[in-house]
Amino acid sequence: MERTLANRKYIIIGFIVIVGIIFVIRLFYVQILVDKYILSANNNVLRYMTQYPARGLVFDRNGKLLVYNEAAYDLMVIPRQVKKPDTAALCELIGIDRGEFRRRLEKARNYSPYLPTIFEAQITRENYGYLEEKLFRFPGFFVQLRTLRKYTYSVAAHTLGYIGEASPDLIAKNPYYRSGDYVGISGIEKSYEEVLRGKKGMKIRVFDVLNRDKGSFREGKYDTASVAGIDLYSSLDADLQVYGERLMTNKKGSIVAIEPSTGEILCIVSSPSYDPNLLVGNIRKKNYTLLLQDTVYNPLFNRALMASYPPGSTFKLVDALIGQKEGVLTPDTRYGCPGGFSIGNGKMVACHAHPSPLDLTMAIQLSCNTYFCRVFKTIIDNRVYGSTRAAYENWRKQVLALGFGKKLGIDLPNELNGNIPTPSYYDKYHGKNRWRSMTIISLGIGQGEIGLTPVQLANLAALIANKGWYFIPHIVRAIGRSDSLNPAFNERLSVNIDPSYFTTVIEGMARVVTAGTATGAAIDSITVCGKTGTAQNPHGKNHSIFIAFAPRENPKIAISVVCENAGFGSTWAAPIASLMIEQYLKRKTTRKDLEERMINGNLINGKIFENERTQGNISQD
Amino acid sequence: MREHRGIFHKIDWVLVGIYLALVITGWVNIYAAVYDENHYQIIDLTQKYGKQMGFIIAALLLGLGTLIIDPKFFSQFAYFIYGFFLFFIILVIFSGREISGSKGWFAIGGFGIQPAEFAKMATCLALAKFLSTFEVDVRKPENLVIALLITLIPALIVFLQHDTGSAIVFVALIIVLYRAGLPGYVPLALIILPVLAILALLVNKLILTAGLLLVAMGALFFIKKRLKIILTVIVLFLAGTAFIFSIDYGVNQILEKHQRDRIQVLLGQQIDPKGAGYNVNQSLIAIGSGRFFGKGFLQGTQTKYNFVPEQSTDFIFCTIGEERGFVGSTIVVVLYLALFIRIIQNAEKMRSPFARYYGYGVASILFFHFAINIGMTLGLLPVIGIPLPFISYGGSSLWAFTLLLFIFIRQDSYRHELI
Repeated sequence: MERTLANRKYIIIGFIVIVGIIFVIRLFYVQILVDKYILSANNNVLRYMTQYPARGLVFDRNGKLLVYNEAAYDLMVIPRQVKKPDTAALCELIGIDRGEFRRRLEKARNYSPYLPTIFEAQITRENYGYLEEKLFRFPGFFVQLRTLRKYTYSVAAHTLGYIGEASPDLIAKNPYYRSGDYVGISGIEKSYEEVLRGKKGMKIRVFDVLNRDKGSFREGKYDTASVAGIDLYSSLDADLQVYGERLMTNKKGSIVAIEPSTGEILCIVSSPSYDPNLLVGNIRKKNYTLLLQDTVYNPLFNRALMASYPPGSTFKLVDALIGQKEGVLTPDTRYGCPGGFSIGNGKMVACHAHPSPLDLTMAIQLSCNTYFCRVFKTIIDNRVYGSTRAAYENWRKQVLALGFGKKLGIDLPNELNGNIPTPSYYDKYHGKNRWRSMTIISLGIGQGEIGLTPVQLANLAALIANKGWYFIPHIVRAIGRSDSLNPAFNERLSVNIDPSYFTTVIEGMARVVTAGTATGAAIDSITVCGKTGTAQNPHGKNHSIFIAFAPRENPKIAISVVCENAGFGSTWAAPIASLMIEQYLKRKTTRKDLEERMINGNLINGKIFENERTQGNISQD
Repeated sequence: MREHRGIFHKIDWVLVGIYLALVITGWVNIYAAVYDENHYQIIDLTQKYGKQMGFIIAALLLGLGTLIIDPKFFSQFAYFIYGFFLFFIILVIFSGREISGSKGWFAIGGFGIQPAEFAKMATCLALAKFLSTFEVDVRKPENLVIALLITLIPALIVFLQHDTGSAIVFVALIIVLYRAGLPGYVPLALIILPVLAILALLVNKLILTAGLLLVAMGALFFIKKRLKIILTVIVLFLAGTAFIFSIDYGVNQILEKHQRDRIQVLLGQQIDPKGAGYNVNQSLIAIGSGRFFGKGFLQGTQTKYNFVPEQSTDFIFCTIGEERGFVGSTIVVVLYLALFIRIIQNAEKMRSPFARYYGYGVASILFFHFAINIGMTLGLLPVIGIPLPFISYGGSSLWAFTLLLFIFIRQDSYRHELI
């Protein structure tokens, strides 16, 4: 009996050995056969920390700083590491009371006792300096550097744009971006995002389960440094931009100024605007909502690029150019003006009182509706094309060559095409072969379906100043260094109109200012060439439009000014353009009375001071 | 009997060697587990490895002390020692300190002492004493009841301290009873019942019952068809079926939530890598990342940076797995097997039944700790917090295991004499 019981030791030992073998097999499986555990192990402990580069700066054409980065400091807290803080001292440092302190700490603890939480966002640099000296006394608190975009002049909000956190859509589309990254959302910040953003770096650090930093991984062997963003040299003239925005106070509209010889945009004003510093950092979300909700002023709407206006009488310059090119018009062509141009059925395009008959120069000078209706009619009725449709097609091609009806290709987002109607549009609207020159005669004086953006208008002035060519208007003249010109805009585009045809047009424009419809735009010692426009529109009072360039010889600035619902081109747009030209060419203005009247003119709240006669059914100057 | 023999006379150096190997392995891995750059000094009493060094020195003195004591002392005072520790595990319920949910600690100075660890040793002594008493036979019901009482009373008290892990360890002593003559179906049932329980939780109960019926019919077919056997098989089948259908009730009503979670995680019925499954998942990640040769001393990122919970105590095997790899882990497993087998073989050579049964008790308790602890870290068993003998951090367990083993070594040095 005792012997058989002694044999039980084999069963017992056998059982023990089986358990041991099971363990060894399991170890073999976990440690050697499967890979998932070793992969998990890496994720557990290595943390990839993105190093954000400083975003590129933006300078104006004279080297003045427009956009820069300002360090902001977030005070972070890791609740678990907070040890009996000298609450009073810390509260005093950041200006909160004890209750608020406890409330924030509790909130952070609820989020995570181990992970850092923002305790006080965006501490100013001055406070940070003070705080930094004292911070060692408060374990669990540390300061994290962030950068904020700052704008020196509080102007050009639409052009400079703003940055914001990358959206989930963008993150899904572009693998560069991660949650929490900043990306340019509008203006230069958007169109030059890839230049400005630089290159993110990566630091790999080892963390334990309590999120404690245990130093860099393999002495930083696998870390990559961040590369700072590249600086941009904008073509904007900061002083001119500031002045333009002052002039457009309480007006809806825009000013676009271009250097004709280069296509560089000197200023883009879209009014009403906002202070770009409002859309920065932690106040951005709140302010953006407020700006978006302002449907009366629409401050976020960039009129210079995204509004399409009928050009009104400024378009007569186009008639003059195309008419000459088509051979249906010479400088000596004279038309009489019986006070209007009859379009049949007893209707007529009215004109104002002026001497008659007129040659081309005087027609421009006095902006005769009748004259340019006739010019337009001869272009469209030109028999060499065989049909109205073909002649119109040809006309439209010439107009498109001037940069209208399509995007110019400016280096800013959301540029509008404008509108030069296609023949098929009229086919659809009036019926095939059921429209003639008379049907679309209002195009001849820049009315009807035609729509141009202020940038296109300014470009018209520039290409006339250049006598037949232009560079695509652009806002960034150089990238990286002030002398490395933007390679995207070095192609001189011809409008296929002989320079000789411009002579009469320019002479007419000069007379507009000296003795024509915009004498208020004249400046001593500078020959300004301009053209007024008074655009009828469905939104109320006529838009006041003026385009100009100066000086006549070797032009330095081409400009377009649009004041919505402000009446005659000569009343608001022309003086504003004149002041802008003076400011740019002389770096000062002498006509303080005019300047003051323009700045103080409030055209938004319905207080139009001028007495203006009732408008005819088609605009006139 | 000759007196004045040296204390190292006829000592089994193999056992002492394995003991020292395990203790040193433990210390090295505790050092690795809690290592950080700011505290690298080996003697640093603020750190766990510093304390453990102290525990080890004390344990060695305790072992030496045990070797001085007359071996007959333990058999003669077995019941007294049993009663002594029984008193303390009862006392600790009322005046003890609670550490991680278990009310089993006396606070003495800066240290905590856990009497339950020592109670295992005391129960071993008492059980061996009882079984070795003349004319005691566990096959007699009255003797079996007493043997079970000796074992289960401390188990129940420890259970009341909310120390389920330690309480379960007392079940290990069934091996001693088996060696003493308890019919084989009792330990067999203790193995089959948990298996049946797990199957009942995993498999459709009707299918399982059908399977059970098949086994019963097979048994009836192949075994001699005597009325008694037929009745036994039928009763067993009915009992099994009842067990299967009562298991849900048992899991839901008797077990506490965290125990239920641990079982469900183990069975894959609950996936919760950050909750109840966190420990096991992190433990497997640590061990698995060790691969064949391990990451090397102090190179274990998982254990060193505290991803594995209780890494110096219950989950110390993770550090071994991560830093020493498959090779190191296997060596540790083999060391334990060698220890158990050596104890059992020595026990069989004993002329004294007391020493033999005590030896089996020592082997059973150490084996249970080993099996449950490593089974848990390898994700084979639910998380039951008990230390890995000689390796895990902690004074009480190290001292208790040292006493347990060295009392046996002391008996063993007298193996040829009847004590």
